[in-house]
Amino acid sequence: MTVKTLTINGQLVSASEEETLLDAAQAAGIHIPTLCHLEGVGDVGACRLCLVEIAGSVKLQPACVTKVNEGMEVYTNSDRLQKYRRTIVEMLFAEGNHICSVCVANGNCELQDLAIEMGMDHVRLDYHFPNRKVDVSHNRFGIDHNRCVLCTRCVRVCDEIEGAHTWDMAGRGTNSHVITDLSQPWGTSQTCTSCGKCVNACPTGAIFYQGSSVGEMKHHREKLDFLVTAREKQQWNF
Amino acid sequence: MELNELLAIAKQERSQAKPVQIRCCTAAGCLSGNAEGVKHELEAGIKAEGLEKDVEVSGVGCMRLCCQGPLVQVDTPAGSKLYEKVTTQDAFAIIEALDGGKTHISEIDLSQPFFSYQKPIVLENSGKIDPEKIQAYIAAKGYQALYHVLREMTPGEVVESISHSGLRGRGGAGYPTGVKWATVAKAKSDRKFVICNADEGDPGAFMDRSVLESDPHRVLEGMAIAAYAVGANQGYIYVRAEYPVAIRRLQTAIHQAQRLGLLGSQIFESPFDFKIDIRIGAGAYVCGEETALMASIEGKRGLPHPRPPYPAESGLWGHPTLINNVETFANIAPIIRNGADWFASIGTEKSKGTKVFALAGKIRNTGLIEVPMGTSLRQIVEEMGGGVPDGGTAKAVQTGGPSGGCIPASAFDTPVDYESLTNLGSMMGSGGMIVMDDSTNMVDVARFFMEFCMDESCGKCIPCRVGTVQMHGLLTKLMQGKATQADLALLEELCDMVKNTSLCGLGQSAPNPVLSTLRYFRQEYVELIQEYLELIKD
Ligand SMILES: Cc1cc2nc3c(=O)[nH]c(=O)nc-3n(C[C@H](O)[C@H](O)[C@H](O)COP(=O)(O)O)c2cc1C
Ligand code: SF4
Ligand code: SF4
Ligand code: SF4
Ligand code: FES
Ligand code: FES
Repeated sequence: MTVKTLTINGQLVSASEEETLLDAAQAAGIHIPTLCHLEGVGDVGACRLCLVEIAGSVKLQPACVTKVNEGMEVYTNSDRLQKYRRTIVEMLFAEGNHICSVCVANGNCELQDLAIEMGMDHVRLDYHFPNRKVDVSHNRFGIDHNRCVLCTRCVRVCDEIEGAHTWDMAGRGTNSHVITDLSQPWGTSQTCTSCGKCVNACPTGAIFYQGSSVGEMKHHREKLDFLVTAREKQQWNF
Repeated sequence: MELNELLAIAKQERSQAKPVQIRCCTAAGCLSGNAEGVKHELEAGIKAEGLEKDVEVSGVGCMRLCCQGPLVQVDTPAGSKLYEKVTTQDAFAIIEALDGGKTHISEIDLSQPFFSYQKPIVLENSGKIDPEKIQAYIAAKGYQALYHVLREMTPGEVVESISHSGLRGRGGAGYPTGVKWATVAKAKSDRKFVICNADEGDPGAFMDRSVLESDPHRVLEGMAIAAYAVGANQGYIYVRAEYPVAIRRLQTAIHQAQRLGLLGSQIFESPFDFKIDIRIGAGAYVCGEETALMASIEGKRGLPHPRPPYPAESGLWGHPTLINNVETFANIAPIIRNGADWFASIGTEKSKGTKVFALAGKIRNTGLIEVPMGTSLRQIVEEMGGGVPDGGTAKAVQTGGPSGGCIPASAFDTPVDYESLTNLGSMMGSGGMIVMDDSTNMVDVARFFMEFCMDESCGKCIPCRVGTVQMHGLLTKLMQGKATQADLALLEELCDMVKNTSLCGLGQSAPNPVLSTLRYFRQEYVELIQEYLELIKD
């Protein structure tokens, strides 16, 4: 294992060559906002919130999929990055219908947290008010597509940890949406094991336990973490 | 197959050529005007007149002036004539006039700038040979470059030669082809792949389609040379389903080449094996982006993923992969045949060779042109294109499709090369060129391209998925005369943000048409805003 040294926001950091900038930053206690990243499953670099500046490169790079390199000079919180991140979060609020006061995840939502972090007090963009569906055909869970940010965390967790691959994406552009099996009601899915991993993976109130009311949707991310560590490192202690 | 056998095929093909040739364009443009029917009538007429011994009717590729199609060229020992807008009823008259007589069908002047400024390298056989006949390609020196490469050059020498030629990728970005080949050649792996990107999705562009329909073997030969140079044994041509004629001709070409041992195992009795398969895309613009294209070939959803890793390192199924555009591959055989120095002597200092453009829009002559790099936009638009019909004036020319921009008439003296177009805020792109006249509203143009990007965004990353929708909304608001200064400021902010934060080239370049029209035609945006201010004042 080769160790690389680099600086993040001027702070000297060392990391193994396999690590990403996000890993290295987190280990050094430097916070980089993320949304599509989920500990334990593969990264897709889709939400673009973790973009960082690297000296010597004009292009911004996503920290979640960029490997550390010797001598790298990384900046994670320039004014420019902060502005882009705020706009990304605004875009998500404009795209779906996020009325937090009536949402199961109110207070327990990563999107809401990001909005607070970015200091987003209003949305300058036009709301789309899309006509999206709610599927409560599953006897324990439900999905409200209006609150989905298309992070594909449910898709990856179901595929990579549970091994069921119930979830997938369909449509493109603004019509993109997650589907269960061959785009059929979740309740009729032949592959879903009702393990609830997607419920815990979802950063927002999109996937929820039926019967939970406003503010009740707690996500237990640590359960996913536990499973991954257990499998990979054969450590079974919670 | 040995070289003497190849040459024998060429000789036989040439000796069989009949003294009079009637060539019918059977590329997509003319086919849509019933060129197939014309060809049938001509064949039937020649048969009825008993002229089969001396006259040959053949289907050939694009003859360039597509707007006047169907085109029929008659070559007799006395000279050539190019007939335009030929209908099935005209066949008889053409046959009657074979001895030099006059007809009522209008002829195209072959000495006009539209033709005389062209320098065919990529299109050297287009309009001349039958794309469905491998013998015709061989008679036009086809597959000699491949022989030369396999039997007389090392892979390193081939890469060196392509680097030396100065060829740059014709798929848009203009990355040096030699450098790309060298990177894949150096990658260590027991499996490598070569991909031909024939996805061509830019609105108004049909260069790659024309090459595939007019001279498919040249692409296969280029791919085989590339495969030898980088050490690959399997190639894929990723072509969109909207191109059925191109697909059919490619299939025919692959079968023919395999039958003659020019593809397959131990090509030209050398230890080199190379197989090519066709993969048909379902028509998503983003599948032209290389990482999305490879995902699609692997049978997955055509979504781009972040680079690095680049395909040269980790491409198809994780193996090093060379991916080039159709036109890039079409340049390879001539470079090997005529030498890298010959190629490097054409074009400008940093942009070598020629470029094929699909010339379209408000212009007299629309069609396919191949000009040396460095030809000015004015020469292309005013002389070759013959200017705007009905006394209008050209206002701008759009190059580079949805990734490009609009260049104003005041900059028409710019030479066409990669750097000049980028400096003007546009880009070479794959070669679409759309001329706009004074009646065109540039905000509307920007809106059109934004609509395209919005519809074609894959939806994976947020800036592109939502940003294109928001920008489209703002442009629509402007067009409806309902936008304010704040909307314009927001539009500019979104352009910057989407450009810098999107995952792939689609999102990164989607703001370009807006940025370039803002740069040269800002006044048109401002006028639309002022109209609104006037309105709400009353
Ligand atoms: C959204 C998008 C669409 C593209 N479409 C095409 C295409 O249709 N054909 C093509 O050759 N290259 C296309 N490209 C560029 C390719 O990704 C790639 O750079 C090119 O095929 C490389 O070949 P070259 O080096 O020969 O130019 C596209 C790129 C993007 C970002
Ligand atoms: S998902 Fe989050 S941001 Fe959306 S409505 Fe619920 S709490 Fe608010
Ligand atoms: S349902 Fe939740 S986890 Fe799945 S894509 Fe939407 S926001 Fe992400
Ligand atoms: S830039 Fe657009 S097309 Fe490219 S990955 Fe993002 S959403 Fe998809
Ligand atoms: S967390 Fe890196 S792009 Fe989403
Ligand atoms: S398609 Fe016939 S001339 Fe171009």
